[in-house]
This record gives sequence, C-alpha cells and structure tokens, in this order.
Amino acid sequence: MSNHLKNLKLKIWRQSGPTDSGHFENYVMDEISDEASFLEMLDVLNEGLIGENKLPVVFDHDCREGICGTCSLMINGQAHGPERSTATCQLHMRKFKSGDEIVIEPWRASAFPIIKDLMVDRSAFDRIIESGGFITAPTGGAPDANLIPIPKTVADAAMDASQCIGCGACVAACPNGAANLFTGAKIAHLNLLPQGQAERFKRTEAMVETMDEYFGSCTNHGECEAACPKEISIDVIALMNKDYRQSKLKNRKEISRT
Amino acid sequence: MTITFNSKIPAGAIGDKWATYKEDAKLVAPGNKRKFKVIVVGTGLAGASAAATMAELGYQVDVFTFHDSPRRAHSIAAQGGINAAKNYQGDGDSVHRLFYDTIKGGDFRSRESNVHRLAEVSVNIIDQMVAQGVPFAREYGGLLDNRSFGGAQVSRTFYARGQTGQQLLLGAYQQLARQIGLGNVRMFNRTELVDVVTVDDRCAGIVTRDLVNGEVVSHAAHAVVMATGGYGNVFYLSTNAMACNVTAAWRAHRKGAAFANPCYTQIHPTCIPQSDPTQSKLTLMSESLRNDGRVWVPTNADESRSADQVPEAERDYILERLYPSYGNLAPRDVSSRAAKRAVDAGLGVGPLKNGVYLDFSDAVNRLGKDVVEERYGNLFQMYERIAGENPYDVPMRIYPATHYTMGGLWVDYELMTNIPGLYAAGEANFSDHGANRLGASALMQGLADGYFVLPYTIGNYLAPMLNKPIPGTDHPAFKEAELAAAARYQGYVDIKGSRSPDYFHREVGRIIWDYCGMERTQQGLEKALSELPALYEEFQKDLRVTGDAESMNQTLEKAGRVDDFFQLGMLMCRDALEREESCGGHFRAEYQTDEGEALRNDEDFAHVAAWEWTGDPTKSVRHSEELNFEAIHLATRSYK
Ligand SMILES: Cc1cc2nc3c(=O)[nH]c(=O)nc-3n(C[C@H](O)[C@H](O)[C@H](O)COP(=O)(O)OP(=O)(O)OC[C@H]3O[C@@H](n4cnc5c(N)ncnc54)[C@H](O)[C@@H]3O)c2cc1C
Ligand code: SF4
Ligand code: FES
Repeated sequence: MSNHLKNLKLKIWRQSGPTDSGHFENYVMDEISDEASFLEMLDVLNEGLIGENKLPVVFDHDCREGICGTCSLMINGQAHGPERSTATCQLHMRKFKSGDEIVIEPWRASAFPIIKDLMVDRSAFDRIIESGGFITAPTGGAPDANLIPIPKTVADAAMDASQCIGCGACVAACPNGAANLFTGAKIAHLNLLPQGQAERFKRTEAMVETMDEYFGSCTNHGECEAACPKEISIDVIALMNKDYRQSKLKNRKEISRT
Repeated sequence: MTITFNSKIPAGAIGDKWATYKEDAKLVAPGNKRKFKVIVVGTGLAGASAAATMAELGYQVDVFTFHDSPRRAHSIAAQGGINAAKNYQGDGDSVHRLFYDTIKGGDFRSRESNVHRLAEVSVNIIDQMVAQGVPFAREYGGLLDNRSFGGAQVSRTFYARGQTGQQLLLGAYQQLARQIGLGNVRMFNRTELVDVVTVDDRCAGIVTRDLVNGEVVSHAAHAVVMATGGYGNVFYLSTNAMACNVTAAWRAHRKGAAFANPCYTQIHPTCIPQSDPTQSKLTLMSESLRNDGRVWVPTNADESRSADQVPEAERDYILERLYPSYGNLAPRDVSSRAAKRAVDAGLGVGPLKNGVYLDFSDAVNRLGKDVVEERYGNLFQMYERIAGENPYDVPMRIYPATHYTMGGLWVDYELMTNIPGLYAAGEANFSDHGANRLGASALMQGLADGYFVLPYTIGNYLAPMLNKPIPGTDHPAFKEAELAAAARYQGYVDIKGSRSPDYFHREVGRIIWDYCGMERTQQGLEKALSELPALYEEFQKDLRVTGDAESMNQTLEKAGRVDDFFQLGMLMCRDALEREESCGGHFRAEYQTDEGEALRNDEDFAHVAAWEWTGDPTKSVRHSEELNFEAIHLATRSYK
C-alpha cells in the first residue's frame, strides 16, 4: 500500500534562457505518494505553479520508461539520482523520506548548453553519430540475415554496448565533461560485429575526433560508469582507445582491414 | 475539396500486385532526384527509414521532429519484437501465413492488397536491419533466434532482448545520421508541425513551430510524409510516451485528409495497473512475457492469501480455460477483455483489486531462474522498479491499458492520403492492421512503409512534376496558415482561465476511457458525445497557460495537443457509435455472441469508415471504402 512523504524541500535550478545566469529557487512539497515517480512529483509541483500563475519548471522527459534517454537531472549531485542503473524517470519517491532536501539541477557540461531551467541541448551527441556511428548499408541489396552467423557471445557483447540511451549522464557525471563512455559504447557495438569491420578504423577515428571537438578529455575517473542508467561498462573506452591507436596507424597507411 | 477514395489497388492475383505495381510505376532518373524536395515529419521507425532511404536515392530531404534528437521517437520504447515470414524455424511459416494471420488478427477489416505486400517485404526488413548492425538475439550456433507472439502459431518474432524497438530505431537513426552527416538531409529538431498547406488541392508543404523560441515558419516541398505515430494519448493514461499526440495527423485532417477508423484502438493486456492518482502514464510489460507467464485470478472474490498460498484448485487460469488452443497467447483484444471481465466480477488482485496475476513460478521451475532471467531479466527489473515487487518471488500484477491505434489517416495502396502529395506511414496511417494489430507487427509495418514501400511509390507521384514549378513559401496559402498558427498559440496564452492543459487532458481521457475504451455501448457513446463538447467549451474559456508563446513553453505545447485530442475524441465516439458491430479492438456490448465474443456484421460493415472534416468536430461526414476479400474468405475469428 502506498505511503505518503511529507514536507520535501526542493531546491531547483531556474534559468530563463541560455544567456541568463540562473539561480536556485526553493519550493516545499507538502505531500506526495511514495508510489509516484520522481517526475510525477515534479508534475505535481508544476500543476501547483500553474495554479499560482507562475512558470512551471521546464525539464526534458518523454517515455518515462527509462529507454528514450530524454530525461536528465542531477539529483543531490548525482546524475539520474541515487538509484543505481536507473534513469530519472524510473526513480520513485519511495527512495526518499519525509523532510528530505532534494537539490535538482540540469546536466552541467560545456558541451550541453542550458536551454531553459533543467533542459539542456545534447545535440553534440548527434554530431558524433553523424560522423561515423553507423554501418554503411543503403536500403536494398542486403544479403540474407542468416548468411553471416554471429556467435551468441559476440552478439550479446554488441547488445550490451548498444543499450546506451544517449542520455548524457556519463558526461554530466564526469569532472572533465568527457563523452568517452557514450562514444565508446557506440564504437564497441559496431566494431564488435562482423558487419562493422569494413569501416572499423575509419569510424573510430572520425567519431573520436568529433568527440574531442565538443567534449573534455577522459582521465579515467570512472564516474561515468557509476552514473550510467544502462550499466555500460567502462571497458568500451579501452576498446575505443585501442581501436583509435590502431586507426591512426592503419588509416595513415590507408590499409583497409581485411 | 471533394473527397475521392480511390484505393489504387493494382490488378492481378494477390501475390503479383506489388511486383506489377513496381514494374509499372513511373521512375525519376537518379540525376533528377535532387530536383525534388521531400519533407518527412517524424523520425520513428517509419520516418527515419523513409528519410534515410529517400536521401540515399538522391532526393533532398527535410526532416522534422519535436524531440531533441531523432533517436528519441517513441518507437524506441517497443519491447517485444518484430515479425517476419522468414521461416527460419522451419515451423511452416510463409508469406501467405503471415498475410492470413494479419488479416484474421485484424478481424477482416483491413485491405488485403496492403497486408499482402507487408508480409512480402517483411523478410527484407530483417536482412536490412542485420546488415546495419542490429544485434538481434541469436542461438549458440550464431543464427537468429525467434519467439512467438499472440495470434500466431509459428515462431516468427525477431527480438533484441526486451529492447527490440530501441535497437531497430537506433539502426534507422544511424542510417539517417549518416545522411545528415553527408548533407543529404536537413534535420530540424525540437520543431513541431502545426499545419499542413494545400495549394490547388495538392499538398504544398507544412508550417512548423520552433519549440525553443516559438517561431512559426513555412516549408514548401514536392511531397510531404507524415510519420508521426499514433494517438493513444487521447486516453491520457496509456503506454505511449508523454509527448505522443495527434496534432500532425489532425491538422492534415482539418486540411482535407480523411481520417479512417478512429475508433479502432488497441488495449494491451499486460501493463502494470495504476497505483495512485498522480500517475502520468502506464508501463507496458511486453507481450513476450505471455510465452512463459500464466494468467490467473483466484476463484474466490474474497481471496486474501498471498498468491503462492492459493492452491491450484482455487485458481482460474482464464486464458487457458477460455482459449485452449492459443492459451496465454490469445490475441490482445481477446485477452484484455478476459482480464477486464475478471476484474469487473470482483476477482481482481493487488491492493486496489485492479489487476490479474501473470505468474512465472511454473516457468522458473521448468526452465530454471537463469533461463527466465536471460529471456526477461530487464523486464523483471523494470517491473520491480515500478511496482516495488520481485516477479521471481511474487507473480506480476497486470491490467490492460491503451497501447496502439489502428485508425489513422486514410491512405491508398501508395500510402498517399486523399490529398495528392501528402503521404502517411507507420502508426499514423490506418493501413494494415484492420480492427486489431497483432503483436510485433507495428515495427514491421513502420519499417516496411519507410524502407520498402514509400521510396517506390513516391517516385510515381513525383515523376510527372519534373521541372515544373511548385508554390514557394511566399504563396498566400503559406502566409495565411502561418498567421493562423501563430494566432492559435497566442490564443491559448490569452485565455488566462484557471485550469491547466493537464487538467483538461485527464478529463477528456477519463471520458474516452469510460465510454470509448475496452467496451462500448450506444448509451455510453451518446453520453460521451454530450459531455465532450461541453468540456471542450470549458477548455476554450477556462484554459490557463502561463508564460508566453515566444519562448520554450511546455504548457503551451501541451495546450495545442490537448485541443486536438478533444476534436479527435469526439470523432472517435462518433465512429464507434456508427459502427454497429463488434470487431477486434472495437467491442460494442450490444453485438456479442452468446459466449461473449465479438460479433461482426459483414453485411453492413465490411468497410473502412473515412471521415471528412467539416469545420465542426461533431459534424464530420462519414464516407466508406468497401473491403473486398478475394484471397481469404471472411470467417469468424476464433482462437478456441
Ligand atoms: C510501450 C510500447 C511497446 C511496443 N512494443 C512493440 C513491439 O514489441 N512490437 C511492435 O511491433 N510494436 C510495438 N509497439 C508499437 C510500435 O512501437 C509503434 O507503433 C511504432 O514504433 C510507431 O512507429 P512510428 O514510426 O509510426 O511512430 P513513432 O515512433 O511514434 O514516431 C513518431 C515521430 O513523429 C514525430 N512527431 C509526431 N508529431 C509531430 C509533429 N506534430 N511535429 C513534428 N514531429 C512530430 C515524433 O517526434 C516522432 O519522431 C509498442 C508500442 C509501445 C507504446
Ligand atoms: S553511456 Fe550510459 S550514461 Fe552515457 S549516454 Fe549512454 S546510457 Fe547515458
Ligand atoms: S523519459 Fe525516457 S528515459 Fe527517462
């Protein structure tokens, strides 16, 4: 049965636009069911703000099932809040208790400029994918899907990496604002598969260099892995680094992989 | 505009139609393709695949989504799988069987020619997605694995853990991203379509609103594709993402595109029941769980023991009892009604007695926990996060929720609406699922439309337009639509009433769910049709949107969407009222067999209802397209 939490003190970042300097504002949530999700708690807050003729808090969200990667939020300094491997939208109020102070901020990273309040612009992630995060296979003419058997272990490892939802928590959690976990995850997904071999080194070089244009550099803190709602393993970064080093050699010599 | 319904079904035997069509279709030469601008709205499976493929072919493509990235489209949330008639399991599957299952599953309310084509191209989809690196589940030998879904007696469903939609969408998104990187596609994120523009009875382009700064702008094109998803959020609580809405299709409808079968909505049997009033959405538990989970309720309405304490003899495995040959894999509409009846009879389980059990204890005993975890681990985790209970120990509680909408923009064989140059693909059209969609067939249809149908059919329309001028955005029709759209959004801000868009959304949703949900009656629908206009009037007088129309304003976005849901809701109820039969997801209590199954009326209703907008949402005009069954005989749908 549901219980109710009382008297939550919310400290929320408000910023009217990219050029505004922004500030924290305090709100009190008198009562909320512990069955409510964290974002439903914010919905209730926003209904109340509209009732008082005030501007509701802007935040990104959509699927509320932990899969679209749209939600974000630093909750008490943790990307996606206190529950491990859980996106903000899947976090429920039963993780908190009456009287708690909850500080809510947007992702903070120079590559993710703030649009308004808690909403940021993550399109730098799209730039990384556009530069090489794909297998060139124009529609039509693909061979039969069972032509190339893929060992289950390989398919599973590719799947582990491809579960990344593109949320940006790894960047937000990183003291350097690096996007190595995100980029490594995509590189691992594609580079592990037989279909991904033809473009392996070209892909790696292009993606890593695009990443470097927008994001900070990785100094192996490992905060990203801890924050990732999909438990993407930091091993993908090692794989990316290895393939990147190799790509510098191979691409220079223009050796295409056989 | 007078409406003409020419479904343009090619002549010939059912298996030859698509080949014949492709042979006869007019072509645009490769070098000429870049002279054509095509707009694609939506980046779900249908939109992303269509846009990427057309860009590869050489068309100039502009793509729009209200999301912050094309990768977020709601297709990402599909869990269970995608069908294809590959017959990799050698269990007797074929194009014909998939075709038959889809027609039967749709309760004989879909167009044979479209469905057959869908079954034909299904096999290409799997090849295409594997080539792009979609990590489908595999057997130890390295070949692709399959599972079964409701409404089929073969294993034809391909899957990637419980995240098939995510993996397929990422595949299509990456292909689209490649075209963006190459400069062949211009991508407009956080941009919402707010109107469709027609000039001389032809679609000339669209009007959009930039969600970040409120700017309203026109875009002209030779052709426009709507791949904007379904309208299940009209119910307020559904398994759809929060932002899913009907605005794009509805605005096209208001400009003359017929809206077909709006009352055909699908209720999914396995969702987590609502737990408290602040709930904003319902979460689906994939249908694949019914492969190994058994649905039951206690036989005693006053049962108070925990599930594991209830002896076998005091459990009613409702689906296994009612539908022995399909058992727990009976189709969605049938399974949903069985659950609803059990709960209505007071046999519901859980604190609010609003669910039925989905029990895995037999599967865990038979297969071991590891195998169950391998198959459903992430779904079990998701359940535990939301419901706070561990399904390995305690059976899941599930209840039906709105999930998918079969109705949508009317399209012909070429996926063109009745407005020349305006196409609809994916869940946004009404095309392939009749009155009920089978599990794992929406992903198939979205990708079929985008990869293997539209890129062929669109050329047939464009070819004769080569080197002919089209109206630009300086045309008065665009200016007029821009002014109207800007005024519409400013209008919501100016009402300055007392209630938020969410308040009204919840209220519309409640009316539609109560009267136009799982079970409908004449009386209920008439009640809805008297309550909705009154509530709509209140919305127009008492809405409150704080903030302005010139900056990021999520309340304002919501207001526009809720406005369109009101109008659609009225049409749904009209459609449900006038369809005096039960078929698939449309269950009219007055029309049922002695055993409580849907009773179709083929004599009077073997047709598509296509509605024409008249300017008043309560006075739309109903047209019909007859459905002819030549390859398959109309039969009573039975899953006994
Ligand atoms: C929880 C869940 C699980 C599912 N599981 C399965 C499954 O296992 N198998 C299966 O086959 N099907 C499944 N389905 C159904 C299937 O996922 C959808 O029907 C399908 O993905 C729809 O794809 P689409 O491309 O038509 O639309 P969507 O993916 O919904 O994309 C719509 C796009 O249109 C854009 N858009 C909409 N309106 C506008 C506008 N006005 N302006 C600009 N852009 C706009 C959106 O931004 C988005 O990009 C599931 C559905 C749900 C809800
Ligand atoms: S790697 Fe993890 S944290 Fe980073 S974007 Fe992907 S899912 Fe989010
Ligand atoms: S809202 Fe989709 S992942 Fe959180």
